[in-house]
Amino acid sequence: MAPTTHTELPEELASFIKDWRDRPGNLIMILHRVQQHYGYLPELVADEVCRRTSIAASQLYGVATFYNYFNLSPPGKHRVAVCMGTACYLKGAGALTEELRNHLNVEVNGVTQDKQFSLQEVRCVGCCGLAPVVMVDDEVHGKLGPEGVQALLDKCQEND
Amino acid sequence: MAFTSYCLVCGGIGCEASSADTIYQRICDGVDAAGILDDVQVVKTGCFGFCEQGPIVKVLPDESFYVQVSPDDAESIVTEHLVKGRAVDRLQYREKGSEATPSKAISFYQKQVRIVLRNCGFIDPEDIEEYIARSGYVGLEKALFAMTPDDIISELKASGLRGRGGGGFSTAKKWLFSKQASAHQKYIVCNADEGDPGAYMDRSVLEGDPYSILEAMVIAGYTVGADKGFVYVRAEYPLAIRRLQHAIGQAVDRGLLGENILGSGFSFSVEIRLGAGAFVCGEETALLMSVEGKRGMPVQRPPYPAVKGLWGKPTVINNVETLANIPVILTKGGKWFSKIGSETSRGTKVFALTGKINNSGLIEVPMGITLRDIIFNIGGGIPNGKAFKAVQTGGPSGGMITAEHLDTPIDYETLTELGSMMGSGGMIVMDEDDSMVDVAKFYLGFTVDESCGKCVPCRIGGRKIWKLLDTFAAGNGTLEDLEQIERIGAWMKTSSLCGLGKTAPNPALSSIQHFRSEYLTEETV
Repeated sequence: MAPTTHTELPEELASFIKDWRDRPGNLIMILHRVQQHYGYLPELVADEVCRRTSIAASQLYGVATFYNYFNLSPPGKHRVAVCMGTACYLKGAGALTEELRNHLNVEVNGVTQDKQFSLQEVRCVGCCGLAPVVMVDDEVHGKLGPEGVQALLDKCQEND
Repeated sequence: MAFTSYCLVCGGIGCEASSADTIYQRICDGVDAAGILDDVQVVKTGCFGFCEQGPIVKVLPDESFYVQVSPDDAESIVTEHLVKGRAVDRLQYREKGSEATPSKAISFYQKQVRIVLRNCGFIDPEDIEEYIARSGYVGLEKALFAMTPDDIISELKASGLRGRGGGGFSTAKKWLFSKQASAHQKYIVCNADEGDPGAYMDRSVLEGDPYSILEAMVIAGYTVGADKGFVYVRAEYPLAIRRLQHAIGQAVDRGLLGENILGSGFSFSVEIRLGAGAFVCGEETALLMSVEGKRGMPVQRPPYPAVKGLWGKPTVINNVETLANIPVILTKGGKWFSKIGSETSRGTKVFALTGKINNSGLIEVPMGITLRDIIFNIGGGIPNGKAFKAVQTGGPSGGMITAEHLDTPIDYETLTELGSMMGSGGMIVMDEDDSMVDVAKFYLGFTVDESCGKCVPCRIGGRKIWKLLDTFAAGNGTLEDLEQIERIGAWMKTSSLCGLGKTAPNPALSSIQHFRSEYLTEETV
């Protein structure tokens, strides 16, 4: 049964859901839009999506947990993602992850205590010519050695 | 009014990541400030392919090839080259010695034949006029006004085009099956869910030449009788999505997509659907589930999607690279296309050449070229004087090819015979320092993560092999363990539900076949 409590949605998101409500195969597209807005899929918003689209919560979570791209918990302010494509792996992505774990004092898929950074290992981002690659938010940083990690993190915080 | 020179700035993802956009802006501003807007056209193009040397700026007609350009270099390019006509010597690419190498003479490009990448690095991917100026939509026009659907299928048959996504199935046959299926509604789906780690050709085509995909989808729709198409693209490719969306808008505005295309009475629309990071969705039945908004789990075939696909309707699924060939085949003829490549595999293949290689980048070569040509002539060999050890083709589904096979002409069949496969075209070079056990473990770790869990051989078999590889990586594996990997691998190959599980053991099996000594020490034999 769909939840009965209502959650306010931003107008832009509400109208997107309304547009897609009756279109076949809408669920993944709607989840993308929710995540684009919040950075993850908040539980109350997911409930609201179910209510507005008549999609069962089991179906929504079935999809949300199947795909790597969707997060069910909030990421840090900056998302640090180490590319784990093969080219990056061969060129030392493992050492980069290790360095980042130490610098940030956080495990892979974790968020730092101050909520500033989340650390992830991600699938090939398609910049193999620049391997190894770390993405910080939407920016690609290529040909990065462990010695460049500190400067990269400092730069993030300077720009805040 | 004609421009006297053209300044092309690579806007591929690798160069964009290294400030290509700032370089482009600064050159544009400089050209404006110098008052030469009428003489010089500055274009931000798709990927040049030579990612190793990015960011790249090329000036035509002089063929000057500037590499590793920084935003601060923009000023010299404008004031020296574009204004005064003197090449900026320090930025020029140098192959050997001190002479600057013009773009036409660069070894990286010498053996390449660019059909799929014909427009990447030449046109502004956000301007449909530029696509049209390079014979864009000639194929569609011919299809709609001078050919019947059967003619098109014959032309494709004559071309010998096979699917570039991995399977290598005849494109003509796929289209024919769909055409023959009777249904009121049919679909065309473009598979742009490039999940193979180490391959990025689809991304480059979508970012550098999105119109070619749209043109091909309309042709496919006309041929099989479909009026609706979906491009299923990875959410991790925001630039590709943006350019594709833009291209759809431009094509619709010009009557090249949508209602009554070119006044022919044929209508076809295209929508984008986003993937969400599941490798198994490269498998066509799983992909269709995902387009339907569900968990991307494969289903048993037959029935094949060509007969019963999206929402149960006949559906043609082609990958990006396959589609990019189609407008050219119709323009120049299937016979022309069939003259390129090898006996069983016609045309070209795009490879992403990466790993321990001097010139990493995106290359397009005729089928039948040898690995030696690719790695040592185009790729410039192995860096730091190290020895070549192996190359992995076919990504997590493929296998390792060793030095003794460097002179094999590569096509679908020969790669399979060597225990690997064409796959989507990742080509990862490994040198003497790389441990083959670690690489196999890396790939198995990937497929274990990506297994959808539906069938037992893949879900459990993959994990078992990974665990055994882990034992070997720690130096504790025994001959018995090795045989166990081979046994499980054989079961997975014959009894998994879909391509992912059937091919997942390949990296382990081929590394055991070629590098047995890395698994077993003298004590463990």
